[in-house]
Amino acid sequence: MGKERLQRYSLAGPENQAATAAGLAGADWFRSDVPRKRMKELMRRSDYPAIRDTVIWLGLIAASGGLAIAFWGTWWDLPIFLVYGTLYGSTSDSRWHETGHGTAFKTRWLDEGLYQLASFMIMRDPTIWRWSHARHHTDTLVLGRDPEIAAMRPARLARLIANFAGLVDVPIAFRLMFLHAAGRLSPDEADFVPEPERHKVYRTARIHLAIYAVTIALAIGLRSWLPVLLIGGPRLYGAWLLNVYALTQHAGLGENVLDHRLNTRTVKMCTVNRFLYWNMNYHVEHHMFPLVPYYRLPELHEEIKHDCAPVYPSIWAAYREIIPAILRQLRDEEHYVRRELLPGATPLHVPTPANDGRGLPLAAATAA
Amino acid sequence: MAEWIAACAAGDIDPEDVIPFGHAGRAYAIYRSPDDTYHATEGHCTHEQTLLCDGLVEGGVIECPKHNGRFDYTSGKALGAPVLVDLRTYPVKVENGTVYIDVG
Repeated sequence: MGKERLQRYSLAGPENQAATAAGLAGADWFRSDVPRKRMKELMRRSDYPAIRDTVIWLGLIAASGGLAIAFWGTWWDLPIFLVYGTLYGSTSDSRWHETGHGTAFKTRWLDEGLYQLASFMIMRDPTIWRWSHARHHTDTLVLGRDPEIAAMRPARLARLIANFAGLVDVPIAFRLMFLHAAGRLSPDEADFVPEPERHKVYRTARIHLAIYAVTIALAIGLRSWLPVLLIGGPRLYGAWLLNVYALTQHAGLGENVLDHRLNTRTVKMCTVNRFLYWNMNYHVEHHMFPLVPYYRLPELHEEIKHDCAPVYPSIWAAYREIIPAILRQLRDEEHYVRRELLPGATPLHVPTPANDGRGLPLAAATAA
Repeated sequence: MAEWIAACAAGDIDPEDVIPFGHAGRAYAIYRSPDDTYHATEGHCTHEQTLLCDGLVEGGVIECPKHNGRFDYTSGKALGAPVLVDLRTYPVKVENGTVYIDVG
């Protein structure tokens, strides 16, 4: 089961060719009809919201980091590091995401600067993941094509749980950093990173490894865990919230469909969570219209919500669906959560008869 | 050899915007800058062939609606990942309120 499952999701396996042959690669996806004039308003960028939010975010990280140093060696450090680590190890994900799309700031160098910083914090190579995420948008949850499927079917449950403490992502990140520093890519990465871009990957890996080497040297020199808890370590002990948010995006939903209303969730969240997650909870809207900056997504949601499946009223409501779906998929890999569109919504977008949303492995189906 | 085709009326495009134009089975994108200069490029992004006419036009740049790839629409130059191949551009002229592009 394990090997077969990994092969189904591998970009270097037979599913890639099968998806391409079935017309699922680079296909035409559904988009709700929003008048051009309104879309232009929604796509317009401004530096102010992202500068404001970034100043607050970096300010909170600096303040909690400063307090962590000041209270080092006391029990006060437990709650302080929980705050610092979560801001560093979880919320850098949403900053990485928005700046990776280039939509957060109007000024390009601000966007690129935060992208580089957030990529370092979340331990993702900025070049690899720009291409990886482009592919995720082209072929969202298409087997053999999407490199960012968080929950396979059936899920690798132990790994999903362990990753709440970064125990999967971090070892992989370091293995890849060493691989990249040696001037090589993994087979999956080679599928979506063009040759002219690869030198950037190798250079960045060497810079990131050098920073971690200095951090470890400092820890050894000072005979203290403090440097590691401040740099790098938060990707382990602070990764829990990243996973709480990330699994709401697609876990348990239909694979190999060409309609984000079927394979993506929009989840209502409170103001604090929306600040920490930079409105990525409006995920259907984001996938349908990636040019809309995070601070305009609530307005876009109002424009298209009538054309979608019902929104999830809370994170809890999303998990009441996700957990049973993942557990059932352990026994029944054909199970998925079928989203029903609201009455009056544009009908499902099914341009190919090759798949009905169950996401059966195409290569296996063809062979059968 | 020049082949000038009437594409649209000058007023059909808002300042700092783009519209699609099709001719002989090919897609084009026609732009109007804030300074009322007109420009034309091929209609699809060079990355994954998404139509550019749904993209964002701002500061002399067209941004692809699918992956946010950015091009200078006056020169066609690709401005960074995920677009690495320049757009083809076409000469444009405006005569008597009509925008013509040279598709030759």
